[in-house]
Amino acid sequence: MSDTDIRNVVQEELNNIAPEVDMATVDPKADLREAIDIDSMDFLNFITAIHHRLGLDIPELDYPKLVTVDGAVAYITARLNSAKQ
Amino acid sequence: MAEFRMPSLGADMEAGTLVQWLVKPGDKVKHGDIIAVVETQKGAIEVETFQSGTVEKFLVDVGTEVPVGTPLAEIRGEGEAKPKPAETKPAAAPPKAAPSAPSPAPMRPAPPIAPAAPGTRASPAARRLAEERGVDLATVSGTGPEGAVTYADVERRVGAPAAPAAAPGEPEKKRAPSLDLDAMRVAIAAAMARAKREIPHYYLEHQVDVTPCEQWLAEKNAALPPDSRLLIGVLALKTVALACRRFPAFNGFYRDNKFEPSEAVHTGVAVAIRGGGLAAPALHDADKLSLDDLMAGMRDLVARTRAGRIRSSEIADPTITVSSLGERGVEALYGIIYPPQVAIVGFGKVVQRPWVIDGAIGPRSVVTMTLSADHRVSDGHAGALFLAEIGRLLQEPDKL
Repeated sequence: MSDTDIRNVVQEELNNIAPEVDMATVDPKADLREAIDIDSMDFLNFITAIHHRLGLDIPELDYPKLVTVDGAVAYITARLNSAKQ
Repeated sequence: MAEFRMPSLGADMEAGTLVQWLVKPGDKVKHGDIIAVVETQKGAIEVETFQSGTVEKFLVDVGTEVPVGTPLAEIRGEGEAKPKPAETKPAAAPPKAAPSAPSPAPMRPAPPIAPAAPGTRASPAARRLAEERGVDLATVSGTGPEGAVTYADVERRVGAPAAPAAAPGEPEKKRAPSLDLDAMRVAIAAAMARAKREIPHYYLEHQVDVTPCEQWLAEKNAALPPDSRLLIGVLALKTVALACRRFPAFNGFYRDNKFEPSEAVHTGVAVAIRGGGLAAPALHDADKLSLDDLMAGMRDLVARTRAGRIRSSEIADPTITVSSLGERGVEALYGIIYPPQVAIVGFGKVVQRPWVIDGAIGPRSVVTMTLSADHRVSDGHAGALFLAEIGRLLQEPDKL
């Protein structure tokens, strides 16, 4: 998957949680908990959706790496690339 | 012949609008089946029947707003003889809470709820009406939370009056479309104002070391896929529910000037609605559920609440409420009791604090729990013991 494809997946899944948010207007470096008002249940649902969609099991210890859109894209890209090798 | 009635979903509810039948005459139903959807100020509520049998006939047309207690359908009990046609009395016209939109043809199975167009938020009732009237939801401007399309929005789009003027001399009633934040605010205001007017609250707080919970959760969740992981909130729910067994003065209802303790512990879970608003539906028998089942129940309940699909029993049954503002940055919250309940327990965010353990100071994860309780039923001493019991239970998460 390209970086753009992964970014689209991340934004789509966040939009499923916060459907009223225009993800194009969200600062990709902003903390999602503040930027789109998500709580721990929403964040777990996001992690679950990524798991179901991309087959990526993200451990709790790595959650802090996914609290921004840019962070999530970078993390998922790295994990998918390392899985290929 | 039993009557299936418009349920009362809280002291502040006076009326509801029948928006969908999920069964048809002749269908067999059993206790607990969801057979209708009604719209109230609390949103679209799925209503269960508590009578097993066969749906004999509908008494109220879809789209009609009727007062709480109005018979909506007749259900013939198991073993009860089917009435002969001549013996069937014509149904009395149901009392209307307010003149409502022209009713669609009655007594026909409701069409399936139309899927919302991608990107279009709409209440289930609005989707159903849109499907019925052939309206493209994407063309309707929504007035619900964050622009969600409500039942009234679709009514306006098809040219039907959303809330015709009340009869002369009759006070005009506010329309209560699904997840209409203004209507929900009215409901919250009524319940909270009543609580502050009638309930002599007292407030206590207690700080608890939840490091054992965090450590236990980290270990347990490390071995689980995301859809099976637990949140610390589920430990809070379980410990409050278990503490209620030992301290029944915090679990039940205050009605008609007396306290009615509840044998069952149905924990109300305060759920914030996106864009504003709040609901606290019940997780039934929270004291008896395993943590895994409780977590699955909480996920389902939160998702349905935010989608406007709460069930009637979940609205009516909570015996105590648990509220957590978790990560929202506050260390303590002091709740207002939701009448006729008699207590609400609050959990603040987990913070790192210096803590003395075995005579040494070290960093620990600490949470501030609060109790708002009804002084007509209990005193601060009992409240302190209740909070201490919750704190004690949180020290041994593996035993929950």
